[in-house]
Amino acid sequence: MAAEAVNDPILEIEELVMAFGGLTALMNINLRVPRGKIKAVIGPNGAGKTTLFNIITGVFPPTEGSIRFDGHTISDRKPHQIARLGISRTFQTVELFNNMTVLENVMTGRHLRIRSPFFACGLGLPGVRRQEKRLKEDAMALLEFIGLAAKSEIMADALPLGERKILEIGRALATAPQLVCLDEPAAGLNETETETAAHLIHAICQKGITVLLVEHDMKMIMDISDEITVLNYGEKIAEGPPGEIQRNPLVIEAYLGQGGGFEIG
Amino acid sequence: MLRIRKAPMLAGALLILVFPWIASRIPAISHYPDLMVFAGVYALITIGLSLLMGYAGQISLGHAAFFGIGAYVSGVLTTQFDVNAWLGMLLGAVAAAAVAVAIGAPSLKLRGHYLAMATLAFGIIINIVFREEARWTGGPDGMVGISGLSVFGYAFDTAGKYYYLVWAIVAAVFLFTVNLIQSPTGRALRAIHASEAASAAMGIPIARYKVIVFTFSAVLAALAGSLYAHYMNFINPATFDLFFSIKLIIMIALGGMHSIWGAIIGAILVAFLSLEWLHYFEEFEIVVYGAILLLVTIFLPEGLAGAPAKLMARMRR
Amino acid sequence: MESFPFVNQLLQFLVTGLTVGAIYAMVAIGFNIIYNVTEIINLAQGEFVMLGGLLMVSTHVSLGLPLLLAFPVTVLGVTLVGILLDRLAIRPIRKPSVMTLIIATVAASIIIKGLAMIIWGKSPYDLPAFSGRTPIDIGGVIIQPQYLWVVGFLVAVAVGLTLFFNRTILGKAMGACADNPDAARLVGINVRHMVLLSFALSAAIGAVAGLTLTPIALMDYDRGAMLAIKGFGAAILGGLGSFPGAILGGLILGLIESLSAGMLDSGYKDAYALIILLAVLFIRPSGILGNLEVSRFKRF
Repeated sequence: MAAEAVNDPILEIEELVMAFGGLTALMNINLRVPRGKIKAVIGPNGAGKTTLFNIITGVFPPTEGSIRFDGHTISDRKPHQIARLGISRTFQTVELFNNMTVLENVMTGRHLRIRSPFFACGLGLPGVRRQEKRLKEDAMALLEFIGLAAKSEIMADALPLGERKILEIGRALATAPQLVCLDEPAAGLNETETETAAHLIHAICQKGITVLLVEHDMKMIMDISDEITVLNYGEKIAEGPPGEIQRNPLVIEAYLGQGGGFEIG
Repeated sequence: MLRIRKAPMLAGALLILVFPWIASRIPAISHYPDLMVFAGVYALITIGLSLLMGYAGQISLGHAAFFGIGAYVSGVLTTQFDVNAWLGMLLGAVAAAAVAVAIGAPSLKLRGHYLAMATLAFGIIINIVFREEARWTGGPDGMVGISGLSVFGYAFDTAGKYYYLVWAIVAAVFLFTVNLIQSPTGRALRAIHASEAASAAMGIPIARYKVIVFTFSAVLAALAGSLYAHYMNFINPATFDLFFSIKLIIMIALGGMHSIWGAIIGAILVAFLSLEWLHYFEEFEIVVYGAILLLVTIFLPEGLAGAPAKLMARMRR
Repeated sequence: MESFPFVNQLLQFLVTGLTVGAIYAMVAIGFNIIYNVTEIINLAQGEFVMLGGLLMVSTHVSLGLPLLLAFPVTVLGVTLVGILLDRLAIRPIRKPSVMTLIIATVAASIIIKGLAMIIWGKSPYDLPAFSGRTPIDIGGVIIQPQYLWVVGFLVAVAVGLTLFFNRTILGKAMGACADNPDAARLVGINVRHMVLLSFALSAAIGAVAGLTLTPIALMDYDRGAMLAIKGFGAAILGGLGSFPGAILGGLILGLIESLSAGMLDSGYKDAYALIILLAVLFIRPSGILGNLEVSRFKRF
């Protein structure tokens, strides 16, 4: 994209600190997620990436600092309120609704965009029934988009891991988010599954949804990210486009110093 | 999709319809419709409780209090203030709802099982109120002279008539709850049950849903209490004690907490146990209840309603 | 010295309040031990107290065993019940969740209560006071010698447990389990044994509370539930899991109950402690000495 000045950030994290008792997990993190782009947060294990996600999505409040999303301060809000504002997420451990089918999982993702008054639901009023029909159609369309339409009636926990991860992304999309936070979408996946995931993430970005992801798979990161932030021991040590990050000596040292490999695509 | 099949519902409805006729033909069980009135009253409570335990994942150890609130509000309003019985029933439900929100809102926004302890304490406090406020409630000796129920002059003044009244209400509540479970609200509840973290991330206000379910269960219990009061025409605090709250838990555990059918089965079984079958055990009654609860918890955690599925899984191995 | 009757009454309430509070503190300590190691709230805790009292009656009064013998026999007997509770009600549960464990302890409590009713009947029992009933008069305030036994036992239990948890290997192992059961298992601590020990210890302390309480307030088969709830209230008030909190919570709860019952409607005596419990749950669930962050992360 040519001559795009400072891309107005959809998410702004300022001077974020997270301390659990004596342990400081995150220290003075400053981060801007540009609208409509794919931003990756990487770093060796224990660098604080999932903690960052948990703070952004409201699972717990930061010790210090602020987070602003689309102009609203969200650092003091609860997860369900943040979801309503337009941030959605997946989990490192894949938290699907295992007591439901694939279709129902996606329909539940849509929950915050529909009306479900208690008595209307209990009485089975026609308005609720009609909404359910529309909901099913929308959910099936989303399943088509992510490629799971054929498995709509299968129980979520019966899917293989790769498809469960895709389903979780689909469910997150059902909330009609502006920003979706993906926590290790490729973890545990083989090469083919990882490619499917990468394609999907790219397609999501094409739809105008901003993607923030945490990942260890370097090839995927380098392939699809517009911008990368590197964390180490709770601090930001580098930020920039993939090419720069690959060559950054601090980043290389952080990974090699941990004894971990740093495979470059 | 969670489909609650129509066939068992029709079968159940048929059974309920013909049961009094069958019972009248067999002298040994001719008084069973009377027992089934109590079973139906209990079923109203357990349907709500099973939603609370099976879907919201919370325990109430004080539901006898809501049962009692319905009974006493109905009793006091009809005997001392000449209020129409049906209006009294409605007001009893409103009172229970208000109390449920007052207790539930602060407890349920905390993660974990604080509701269990809050309801335990609350149940006992309410029971003490019933015993102490003798001016309104008649104290430990209870309240007598509570009227029966009638609609447009038609009085439900026999066990048989009351049986149909109660079970018609149970059927209506059952259908309402079935609709609820299959609706978006039901999905939200199932989501909460499956993963609170994911539900919150999908924008579901967990605490609010838990309070709604708790309040709904309290309203049903109060309704049951009013029906009980107008049937017995007499109530006393001993009925609404901790042990009854525990009996309700036994009903749910025995029937199966993840099944609305289980709630009804459990209610019927424990009603018959407590009013009929356990009389032979006399002193051992309390121990038997405890043993049933413990055995079910250890060996049949999904209750009797979950037994067929368990059996099938066993046979597949 | 002139004794003002109101002040006298107040001091009297204080004395009974502290005594009763010491009992609640002991029950609360019992709760904390099990909770710290297993995160279970043992709703059968009150039954240990009840059994302590009634078993002491059987051994000391019915069988005529001297105090020094009846005491350890009673405590051991109730400890055995605690062990059975763990083995028969808690261990067998295949998929333990907080809800099933709560239900299991409820079930156990009514089984114990039911058996107690069969064995001892429904009437309350009395125990002779350990050192007689000659009241000690301090400036118009009557102190029964048994009150001193109660407080004395609380001190002994508190000191004993502190030494146990801080100085003995077994105690430290239990503490490790409380902090991090997975890590404890990795260093070779048998977590199952620690759970058993926590139930045994809690039962023993409950028994002591029961047998010192009975000469003051009698004991019957039905007392367990109320003692458990109030003991739990004390534990929550002081901060669930904290030992100094249990003592503080117990004494405060006892005082509030005694003062309220004395100065307000005594028919509501039992309700006051429960209202405090509700107030704590609603306003500050971590209690006085509890850590808010810890209470948020612990499973209960």
